Amino acid sequence: MADAIAWSSRVRLALLGGLAAACCVAYLTLDARGQWDFVLPFRGGKLLAMVLVGYCVAVSSVLFQTITHNRILTPAIMGFDALYVLIQAAIVFGFGLSATGTHEPLWQFALEVAAMTGFACLLFRWLFTGATQSLHLMMLVGIVFGLLFRSLSSFAVRLIDPNEFLVLQDRMFASFNSVRVGLLPYAAVAALATTLAFWRMRRRYDVVGLGRDMAVNLGVDYRRTLIGTLAGVAVLVAVSTALVGPVTFLGLLAANLAYQTMASDRHAQTVPAAILWGIIFVVGGQTVLERILGLNTTVSVVIEFVGGLLFLILILRKGGRP
Amino acid sequence: MITVQSVSKRYGDTVVVDGVDLALPPGGVTAIIGPNGAGKSTLLSMISRLLPMSQGRVLVDELDVAHADSQELARRLAILRQDNHLPLRLTVRDLVAFGRFPHSGGRLTRQDQEHIERAIAYLELQPLAGRYLDEMSGGQRQRAFVAMVLCQDTRYLLLDEPLNSLDMKHAVAMMRILRRAADELGKTVLIVLHDINFASAYADHIIAMRQGKVALQGPPETLVTTEALSDLYALPITVHQIGGQRVCVYYR
Repeated sequence: MADAIAWSSRVRLALLGGLAAACCVAYLTLDARGQWDFVLPFRGGKLLAMVLVGYCVAVSSVLFQTITHNRILTPAIMGFDALYVLIQAAIVFGFGLSATGTHEPLWQFALEVAAMTGFACLLFRWLFTGATQSLHLMMLVGIVFGLLFRSLSSFAVRLIDPNEFLVLQDRMFASFNSVRVGLLPYAAVAALATTLAFWRMRRRYDVVGLGRDMAVNLGVDYRRTLIGTLAGVAVLVAVSTALVGPVTFLGLLAANLAYQTMASDRHAQTVPAAILWGIIFVVGGQTVLERILGLNTTVSVVIEFVGGLLFLILILRKGGRP
Repeated sequence: MITVQSVSKRYGDTVVVDGVDLALPPGGVTAIIGPNGAGKSTLLSMISRLLPMSQGRVLVDELDVAHADSQELARRLAILRQDNHLPLRLTVRDLVAFGRFPHSGGRLTRQDQEHIERAIAYLELQPLAGRYLDEMSGGQRQRAFVAMVLCQDTRYLLLDEPLNSLDMKHAVAMMRILRRAADELGKTVLIVLHDINFASAYADHIIAMRQGKVALQGPPETLVTTEALSDLYALPITVHQIGGQRVCVYYR
């Protein structure tokens, strides 16, 4: 019985992996005219960025849902990425844009990530360790925070130089066409470091999923796991937002499809499945839109539409119960 | 030995547990009884570090629960709360296996597997071991959770109203299992019970709480009496001797 379950989940993961790989190959090769040694590196950079975004959003969403014990809230819905955009705006407002424009220096990215992690931890530690555990309240708080952060950043934007405004505005909306490839190495390193930290805690997450009381009973240092995970989630959100801008519902889609496809809720199954779904959505969606339909819209519009629908369905079906 | 030293819990001005001192004898079954709002569950939560105390100290053997390593405590003491609704899709065997987490950190050894099978057999869950928790009845799920805390293989077993949502047959089966765990496995079982007749029939020692304090304690022979219980619950309760058991009648 247990072997049969393990076998079927391996098959499902392999299928998802095959689909994700096919999306990547299609993105690289479809409709390619001209020199391969130009096309491949050019598209390869964007592909890597998209894979990284899918990865970061999926991992951060699943782990965030585990530590908050719900299936509807994701970091993006709670306003994490709006917070990151605000920090970007504040830094541009404070220090001005770097001279090169597209290739911003490492220190700026590092500062953004550090500020993001700090603020997110403060804010959400206060929120999730308190007595308030009502899902509706959390959702409301997330929407209010998101609005607040967005308004603050558009306020900051109004105060700055028009040239800087253009660059910044570009970052405030998700765009998979104008990926900031220059950030890719830093982003990859940050994502890798976070992954290592999560990997070291990997055995705890199944236990944490049992609920706070059960996790404490089983000897998990609950508070530390919660804060460490929130910090890691903040870094991953920062990475993906820095690369393509905020994508609100991608995490919700990837995580919930992963729960649906895998037989068990163990993280060894749901996390890889969510990563693959994230990649399929971003890369596959972009390929279909850009290469097959020849549309100029970005895939984020489609992801937001489908994800938004799913969000509504989840809320209506579960009646908001966590 | 669990020692509770002047433990209190306050929420603002409301005192839920008020300076409780207890020395729980090792071995046997101890039941905590008392009216609603007496602080029974709160006390149990504080003993098992699920809830920080406002004042006082709890020692489990020599470990101070507020400061001791949580994993070390998890090998000593297991707690099962009453509301165990898991939104997760897990099989019974998956759940029971979590009981080994404090010992092996999630990587199961052969010895762990033996513990898991033994706990499943102890609660007669073998036919259900591969079933998913969300496909089972409340009583079956409750048994799976008890199997998990048994699998944790701790000296102390704390349960908060384990008979909730069980029918008579399953309630009796549950109490028999806990009794056997104390007698055969040498565990110290501490349970919060609402049904005083179960406490009277199965416990070696009863702690009666009222308004955050320990009102009375002792063996059922001295504590389950018409006067003591009527006073504790502020309700006329008559205790009868039926078939060698003390039975409380209070329905009319």
